[in-house]
Amino acid sequence: MTDIAERRLALSHMYVAFIAFILACFMGEYQVLERSGFISALDSPTVYFASVSTHGVLMAYVLTTFFIMGFGYYTATTSLKVPVWNKPLAWGGFGLALLGTVLAAIPLLLGLASVMYTFYPPAQAHYLFYLGATLLIVGSWVWCGIMIVMFLQWKKDNPGEAVPLAMFATTMNALLWLWTSAGVALESLFLIVPWSLGWTDTIDPGLARTLFAWTLHPIVYFWLIPAYIAFYVFVPKQAGAFLFSDEAARAAFIVLVVFSLPIGFHHLYMDPQQAAGWKMLHGIGTFVVALPTFLTGFTVIASLEIAGRLRGGKGLFGWIGSLPWTNTMVLAVILSLLMLIFGGFGGLINASYAMNAMIHNTAWVPGHFHLIFAGTTVIMYFAIAYYLWPILTQKPLYSNNLALVQLWTWFLGMSIMTTPWHVLGLLGQPRRISSVVYNNLLTLSWEPYELLMIFGGLVLLGSACLFIYQLFKTQFSNTSAVFTGEVEYAEPIHAVGTLPEYLNDIKIWNKVIGVLMLISFGIPILQFFFLDTYDSSAWGF
Amino acid sequence: MHIDPLEKKWAQISLGICALFVGIIMLDALFHSVNAPSNVETINSATLHLSEEFAEDNLGVEVDDDGNIIVRMVAGRYSFFPKKITVPADTKITFRWVSIDVVHGVHIPMTNMSTMIIPGFVAEVESSFPKPGDYPVLCNEYCGLGHDHMWSKIDVLEKDKWRALQTSSKGVAK
Repeated sequence: MTDIAERRLALSHMYVAFIAFILACFMGEYQVLERSGFISALDSPTVYFASVSTHGVLMAYVLTTFFIMGFGYYTATTSLKVPVWNKPLAWGGFGLALLGTVLAAIPLLLGLASVMYTFYPPAQAHYLFYLGATLLIVGSWVWCGIMIVMFLQWKKDNPGEAVPLAMFATTMNALLWLWTSAGVALESLFLIVPWSLGWTDTIDPGLARTLFAWTLHPIVYFWLIPAYIAFYVFVPKQAGAFLFSDEAARAAFIVLVVFSLPIGFHHLYMDPQQAAGWKMLHGIGTFVVALPTFLTGFTVIASLEIAGRLRGGKGLFGWIGSLPWTNTMVLAVILSLLMLIFGGFGGLINASYAMNAMIHNTAWVPGHFHLIFAGTTVIMYFAIAYYLWPILTQKPLYSNNLALVQLWTWFLGMSIMTTPWHVLGLLGQPRRISSVVYNNLLTLSWEPYELLMIFGGLVLLGSACLFIYQLFKTQFSNTSAVFTGEVEYAEPIHAVGTLPEYLNDIKIWNKVIGVLMLISFGIPILQFFFLDTYDSSAWGF
Repeated sequence: MHIDPLEKKWAQISLGICALFVGIIMLDALFHSVNAPSNVETINSATLHLSEEFAEDNLGVEVDDDGNIIVRMVAGRYSFFPKKITVPADTKITFRWVSIDVVHGVHIPMTNMSTMIIPGFVAEVESSFPKPGDYPVLCNEYCGLGHDHMWSKIDVLEKDKWRALQTSSKGVAK
């Protein structure tokens, strides 16, 4: 099967993703410099907040969505060994998402949408920003539809057979994203878009925040799942061994998807518009969703241990040293897991219902999500890109050593930047400030940490440039060498025979999610219609 | 279908760890009343100045008839009003926060006096400050281009000093 059309589709998505990424990296380093106040010529809240809003949108919505779509299409075609279903439709989705990105970028860059990527009303941005963001989401729904159709068609054509793990996880992620984005889509369609166009005069900020919280947690799992897919289906093979358990992997993906949805209120712990009981319920669910990560840690490390021992590693820890550390996928997973351990620890504190008060909205929070998203998740996006780029462009990777340096510097830069960021939060620094003007001695203790963060940001920016340079040099090299490798999926130790339907289907889980969402969000959303709430008029920023 | 016994054991251990964390949090919430601020009390943010409770004269520290200390604060771009308040150390204080415009957040660093302030709602938090000192009160939710400048002060005095100040200021008023 020639898959030139699929390769072009996947590459186009990844171009958008990584262009957004590198632009946002430059903004990130500018921001860490600006907010430190060490260079007074840079001081400008107007530019700073436009930059932070754009950085957030590019990293959280554009990089992720386009990467996930591109990776998903190529995973579907290579794991199922069929062409992508309805490619014109897929290109339509791509075009819609790209149009949305451009529409949103205009007001963002003009400083007309400095409302952060969370855009909490009643602060109001230019309507193009909301329209653009909505189109981006609608474009991604096309991808979800195609993944689900391909999954169901394959099942119909191969009755009784287990859907390949990579496709099972990708389809679960598509299902997750449909449910996840429904919250912000409802907020957008019924509250924000009509209000930003002037069709309605007022908005209910409590309801808007509740709907956004619906999206805000599972969205991070939407971003994380491609990293987990690489953990399970690429890493064991690249390390030279087998996946420890295919069934456990499926179970982990299912719990991850099902329980990441009904728990968004841990973002609202400090909000007055939701009652304690609902927050506790969502809090318990938040700890349930830690389970699949524990399981993933076990399965991935067990797979690595098998590889290390097969390569001659001995003793309790000897297998670690004998892993192929010069394989980009293996190095990335080790660094990713390290950041996951520390980031996960921080996450448990955020998740802790009342303890969260100490760090809520402090610098700790961006410190945490940079470590776990830009660290754990994005480092796996790099590894996937290094793995796929030669396959997609049919040219050998420009330099494996450069890729290793890039992964190490990303890890080091992220450690140097996020550790002081967490400390700043514990020292009370709020997030999202462009300068420190509080006339209080406390702020003196912040300065050394700000300096460290600037340095960490510089290392990260250098690393990001190396990454782009590598992809560029690979694709546009003059070498006559043709890379003929294909995607290789890891085999489980115990071959998967027949699976119970619940480990091989999405329909049952769709129903379970529906019930859980009704329980956890039904009354908290309905309350706004029977409480005496007061709407707000629009405010600029 | 195959699940390794070792994996099963690990799953049970993980479940135990999660249950332990949830157990501690629930114990604190249900038996020590360590809760997140969640009073679900609505108010019209557009007419706060006409409301009894948050009219300008009624803002700041109030000691009610039972001796409870209630602090009423209004958040608006770009400060918390009143801009400086004085409270006693080691005493339970009930804060009631409202916003006159957009979403704000308030945190007194190194303490658990933290809440979001959503227009349309009263955010109530109970806290106490063991150590006397000068604490900044910081807005921690982006609220507009002047967000950096949104802060005020809270002066925590030893109980006796605070009481003395209360009586002397009352004397002046008379």
